[in-house]
Amino acid sequence: MAIEVDGQSYETDEEGYLEDLNQWRPELGSAMAMADGAPLDENHWEVINFLREYYEEYQIAPAVRVLTKAIGKKLGKDKGTSKYLYELFPYGPAKQACKYAGLPKPTGCV
Amino acid sequence: MEDGDQIIKKFMYMNRKAPYGTIYAWESLEVVLIAAAFDQDISLVFADDGVYQLMDGQNTEEVGMKNFSKTYSALGDYDIKKIYIEQESLEERGLSLGDLQDLKYEDEDDDWAEKDSIILISRAELAKVIDEQDVVFSF
Repeated sequence: MAIEVDGQSYETDEEGYLEDLNQWRPELGSAMAMADGAPLDENHWEVINFLREYYEEYQIAPAVRVLTKAIGKKLGKDKGTSKYLYELFPYGPAKQACKYAGLPKPTGCV
Repeated sequence: MEDGDQIIKKFMYMNRKAPYGTIYAWESLEVVLIAAAFDQDISLVFADDGVYQLMDGQNTEEVGMKNFSKTYSALGDYDIKKIYIEQESLEERGLSLGDLQDLKYEDEDDDWAEKDSIILISRAELAKVIDEQDVVFSF
């Protein structure tokens, strides 16, 4: 599979995750979200950018429980709930947000 | 030990191999990260060549593998707070704790104070801790 952005093609796996995370650009995240029928707003980007930073530091995408706790610490308690994250990413916060962030599917993923 | 109606078991993950020659180290780490979701009493052991997994300042560029040594620092986020390092294994390799990464967790019951996860333990003491486990996985 592949995704096309600005006339360039990017390889993805069968679930739509980017094959080479070094190729990622914000436009790719937006294009993936549009393809799923839900454009991204700044609240989505907060989470996506957080995931990219987490991956850069620890070389893994965090499990959803860890993500929830960390988001609460970084962005405020009202955002560190699974309700908030599932509203933003109904297909599973870690799973869906990681896809838009160009990261591999999280270990033991939800 | 019981927590409500859920029984908590003691799970130990034993790491004895060098990090990059085989897939064991990374597989073990992935299994641990998944198992952490089940709220069990988890501990990790690094012994024999397994102590190399925690070496500070790893660089994997030349071997073309992902440097997953950074991932060990995430263990605290996963509520893994007991990481045993066998003292004799370090000494036999001319290493000391100062050569390893500094791993910490935040103690929820103590105003999120940062505490050391690493516990230096002698071979004899480790044998006793292994004996107390319900389940031991060896990698």
